[in-house]
Amino acid sequence: MTPLQGCLLVSALLFAIGFAGAVSRRHAILALVGIELMLNAANLNFIAFWRYGAHPELLTGVMFVIFSIAVAAAEAAVGLALVIAIYRHYKTSNLDEVKDLQG
Amino acid sequence: MIWIVKNLWLIPVLPLVASGIIAVNKQPQRKLAAGLAIGSMVGAFLLSLCAFATTLGHGGGEGHEAFREVFGFNWLQFGGADNWLQLGWVLDPLTAIMLVMVTFVGTLIFIFSIGYMAHDQNFMRFFCFLALFASGMLGVVIANNLLLLFISWEIVGLTSYLLIGFWYHKPSAAAAAKKAFITTRIGDLGLLIGMVWLYAETGTLNFYDHGKGCLEHSALTAMLAHATIGGMLVTTAIGLLIFLGAVGKSGQLPLHVWLPDAMEGPTPVSALIHAATMVAAGVFLVARVYPLMAAGALTGEHGAPVTTALTVVTWVGALTAFFAASIAVAQNDIKRILAYSTVSQLGYMMLGLGVGGVAVGMFHLITHAFFKALLFLGSASVIHGCHEEQDIRKMGGIKKYMPITFAVYAIGMLALAGFPLVFSGFWSKDEILHAAHGWSVSQVPFYLGCAGALFTAFYMTRQVALVFFGSYRGHQEESAQGHAAPSAHAPAKSADHSAHGSSHGHDPHESPAVMTVPLMILAGFAIILGFVGTPAWPWFDGYLTGEETTFSLGRLWEPATRNLMIASAVIVFTGLGLGWFLYGKRQRQTAGERDVLEVAQPFVFKVLQNKYYIDEIYEATFIRLNALTAIFCDFADKWIFGGLVKLVSGLTVTLAWLYKFTDEFFVNQGFDAGCGSLRAGGGFLSKLHAGRVQTYLRIIGVALVVLILFLIWGQKA
Repeated sequence: MTPLQGCLLVSALLFAIGFAGAVSRRHAILALVGIELMLNAANLNFIAFWRYGAHPELLTGVMFVIFSIAVAAAEAAVGLALVIAIYRHYKTSNLDEVKDLQG
Repeated sequence: MIWIVKNLWLIPVLPLVASGIIAVNKQPQRKLAAGLAIGSMVGAFLLSLCAFATTLGHGGGEGHEAFREVFGFNWLQFGGADNWLQLGWVLDPLTAIMLVMVTFVGTLIFIFSIGYMAHDQNFMRFFCFLALFASGMLGVVIANNLLLLFISWEIVGLTSYLLIGFWYHKPSAAAAAKKAFITTRIGDLGLLIGMVWLYAETGTLNFYDHGKGCLEHSALTAMLAHATIGGMLVTTAIGLLIFLGAVGKSGQLPLHVWLPDAMEGPTPVSALIHAATMVAAGVFLVARVYPLMAAGALTGEHGAPVTTALTVVTWVGALTAFFAASIAVAQNDIKRILAYSTVSQLGYMMLGLGVGGVAVGMFHLITHAFFKALLFLGSASVIHGCHEEQDIRKMGGIKKYMPITFAVYAIGMLALAGFPLVFSGFWSKDEILHAAHGWSVSQVPFYLGCAGALFTAFYMTRQVALVFFGSYRGHQEESAQGHAAPSAHAPAKSADHSAHGSSHGHDPHESPAVMTVPLMILAGFAIILGFVGTPAWPWFDGYLTGEETTFSLGRLWEPATRNLMIASAVIVFTGLGLGWFLYGKRQRQTAGERDVLEVAQPFVFKVLQNKYYIDEIYEATFIRLNALTAIFCDFADKWIFGGLVKLVSGLTVTLAWLYKFTDEFFVNQGFDAGCGSLRAGGGFLSKLHAGRVQTYLRIIGVALVVLILFLIWGQKA
């Protein structure tokens, strides 16, 4: 197994764990945590493909990941703000009870 | 313009207003009704006298033209700016003499009616109609316009209908009214067509209009210029159509059938309308349009014009005069005898117009109006006195009970029969016969006239002998009923006859003064009127034509005149003698006894008694044809046209059902199904919106996996 395959395997596991968490957790914050995990799995893929790719000297992978982490930080802030707003409105943070979009 | 000419319209309008006031008043005001009607007639009479005096003052003096003043006004505009229908009136001797006659006779008959109708429930209605009639009649007389004449003519026809059917609860009266109306309507159609045609030809309906009227020289010359179908002159055709109106109104052959039936009305009505005035309107109409009829004449021997139209008038008149007089011989109803006598005398007037001109016919019209009104009112007095009995076989000996009535009736009878020298009927009839004798076309009308005169004298003698002489047969009625039934021509009995049945035991009684005084006045005129038109002093002739007349007894002894006078006197005396010999000398004893003539000539008598079966012939032909046509039309309406309509409606209904069916079961169902499936689809789709973000995420995840699997398989393939 090459280092790249190891990295991809780890990132796939990480994504799967994050997806499972985002999909199955009832609590809004835990779902948000799951989303962060999936995001980081993607970041890990960026790094891995850069490090073991054709041009490791160009630092493109690192640039992408730094951007991505910055965006993820902002996204986490927005996400947490939304969770608080939802809690204030519905007096709960259980996502099963927040279903106003139901048809 | 002379005052009276301008205000001539007042004469017909006075009775019209009276009639209107009576019509709107509440029922039982007898005095008001009679007073208004008679007052308006007296007013009209005084105005008529004014008019008459005006024409007298101007006649003769100005050359050979009779006095004539017209007044016209625009009535109705149509078409172009100068297309006006005019109405207007004319004052000439013809109008004036008719005005005086109608208003005078009318006034007397109105007064008489107070007595005659005293017990009638509908006294007000009677006077309302009478006044309306007088108004219409006077309108006919003054009209200077065929249109105004036609309007008045129809008013007169309407009132005639109303008054014949005055006792409308009697079926016979209602039927007679309808018969009169419809029969005269046939003639009126001719008059209307003639009127329209005349307007088409000349562009005016005014009789006289200072040279522009349709009876004046320029219009007549223009009309004479061209012929119509079969080479007939336009004037002839129009003249004959107008004459058709006169035939209907004046009861000439073959439209005479309504006049005897018109005796169903109250007797004063018979006197005023169906003897003196209205039936004379036809004669007056012919006299009025005489210039039209005489247009383009070849002047005859004695100066009287001869044209196709006038020849027809002559023949119709002569045949009617003879024919009706012969029917009168065999009638038993006192009023029917007089009715046929009226028809016959109207025939004489037409004959006079045809052979001798306006003056001859009009003279007889005027004298006849007086003595026939007298006779009718006299018969009314007799009927009234005999408790509504009209069958002369059940009268007799009334001379004793009603001396005044007998005296005046005898005068009227002698005047009608033409008793020589003294009575007016002699002079007027003699003038007609004289003119007929001189007619250049044929002598037959003259002989028909003579035969009619013989019959006239005969049947009047028969009537007077049966009514006034002998002994009263009214009491025998009950016992004679059985014998009378087979041969009796059932006289029209008024509905209140049965009410009077119990009073048959009473003797006849003389009528009150309100009835006898008018009779005496009329009797006076029946005598003296003759003297204005004798051959010795033909004032009447001169008055109408505007020529100077002189008095000369010598003319009576000119051979032609003298011989004719002697001949006509012989005829009259033969008739009188024969009548007296057959009916006066040997009086019938019972009411049921067979007539002397019936015994001698049963067949001829039966034919005459049944009026030559004219009614039956009409019944079998025209009326049956009419009924068949009606039945056919009804059939066609019901089954052919109605069937078509029903078919269309049925088709429409079926189509509508079809539409409804498709709507309900196909369109609606389909629509409903569509809606249902849409709703179901919507419901299904809405289920997808669980509203849970995580579910969406899950779906995205599954879809991602599917996509990846698809891509991997795609690469492999």
